[in-house]
Amino acid sequence: MDWLHWLFYVGVILGAVPVMVMAFIWLERRGLGRLQLRPGPNRAGPFGILQPVADAIKVLTKEDIVPVAGDHWVHFVAPLVVFAPAMLVFTVIPFQEDGGLVRGLVPDLNIGILYIVAVSSISTVGVFMAAWGSNNKYSLISAFRSMAQVVSYEIPLALAILGVVLAAGTMSLTGIVQAQAVPFIVMQPLGFIIFFIAATAELNRTPFDLMEAESEMVAGYHIEYSGMKFALFYLAEYAYTVGISAIAATLFLGGWKAPWGVGPQVGVLWLVVKILLVFMVILWIRGTFPRVRVDQLMGFAWKFLFPLSLINIFIIAAESLAWPGLPWWLLFPNTAIALVLVVVWSGLFRLGGGRVQV
Amino acid sequence: MSRFDRFGLGLAKGLALTGKTLFSRPNITVQYPEQRLDVSRRLRGPELIWVSLKCTGCATCAKSCPQGSIQLVTSPELVDNKYQVEEFLVDHGRCMFCGLCVEACPFDALYMGRGYERAAYRRGDLILPKEKLQMSADRKPSAYCRPEMEAELPLQTLLVYGQTRAKR
Repeated sequence: MDWLHWLFYVGVILGAVPVMVMAFIWLERRGLGRLQLRPGPNRAGPFGILQPVADAIKVLTKEDIVPVAGDHWVHFVAPLVVFAPAMLVFTVIPFQEDGGLVRGLVPDLNIGILYIVAVSSISTVGVFMAAWGSNNKYSLISAFRSMAQVVSYEIPLALAILGVVLAAGTMSLTGIVQAQAVPFIVMQPLGFIIFFIAATAELNRTPFDLMEAESEMVAGYHIEYSGMKFALFYLAEYAYTVGISAIAATLFLGGWKAPWGVGPQVGVLWLVVKILLVFMVILWIRGTFPRVRVDQLMGFAWKFLFPLSLINIFIIAAESLAWPGLPWWLLFPNTAIALVLVVVWSGLFRLGGGRVQV
Repeated sequence: MSRFDRFGLGLAKGLALTGKTLFSRPNITVQYPEQRLDVSRRLRGPELIWVSLKCTGCATCAKSCPQGSIQLVTSPELVDNKYQVEEFLVDHGRCMFCGLCVEACPFDALYMGRGYERAAYRRGDLILPKEKLQMSADRKPSAYCRPEMEAELPLQTLLVYGQTRAKR
């Protein structure tokens, strides 16, 4: 029966993720439209709900263009290298509690979160391959930026995750969800803020979308891609967004658990609702903030997120030592610490370069 | 408050603003085929309107046209002390809507129109004969360079009249 389990969940993930991606693309375009005082796509089907389908059909029927001077094989493989890790992230997300009907592919993997951190950085290699294979200056600059950004933001991201691991005492995602009697978003607000910002940067979404800055380098690393390969990049970008939302929901929002234990005990439902919540916040941020400069990006990662994530780890570690099991009232001091640290630290660090007077 | 602007208050303000627009019902975009904006009645729109009764066939418009897109043929003899306009062709595909013909017309027989949907599938369809150049319900004249017409219009500050919002 083992192979049946694998077959079933591979099918579920391969089917559910593109469907969710399509739904999220629609949600993003409609929601972004509302945030920016415009209706968004509203022609294809009621409320434009068929727009992603129309886009998919359009993009699949486009001509596949390969640059003559590019590296053909690297150009061909790059979308797959970007796409595969985005799907691999979902393999360890637990959908439901033990004994539930749908639990996930390998929800009990004992190094679950380490696996996610390791796998999700592979897509950067794909981005660089795409840039190199395209033989395009904009692509290459974009990939350089992406590398610098991912290397910088991977550290606060991993350190914020480490706070969760310290509190839960396990790296298995099922264990982390079970450890959240009170969701970690209220127990470790500082960790969540750091994780969220770093994850947004990892996703290359708008305040940190320097690598596909339209006004500077057209479309970034996928400028030379069209047709199915471009669709794969697009799909991977959104699948990764959904994946990061799922990780945030699992690590900080209590995963499959119903809030306060009320409501239907269908884990998948709550997980999807929480993914949707996180995605909406990412969308809200995208609709609001302008793109940061490169020096702001680096300064923010190294001077704000990195020290705060170190402080966060020390606080969580000290609390775990002093009060094993982390009682719920720790959320009050932790929230206060998070507020004070964020406000004070945002005044403390200085950005070099640029024209900003500090 | 400005003291806290550097402490992330600006971010919160921006989020609050976009959050507000998310839950209000914004409708700035005009859904074009279903909704249309009112255009100014002084518009120098992309069409010409010809009033046959006022026209004497003097061909001042044709002479003033920098593109040479007006062709005017009159009868050789006077009928009722007036030349009959036999042919009045305007090539709208060549016209640049400068309005010089309207300004030049000594008898106010030519007007700029207010319409803006004059696209055609064939270039030949853009050459309008005199029957199609007449004033009609969807070919309304604008007050461009017609002071006596403009005097009757209400004053306006913007290009768009009264209703700036979209009309269903």
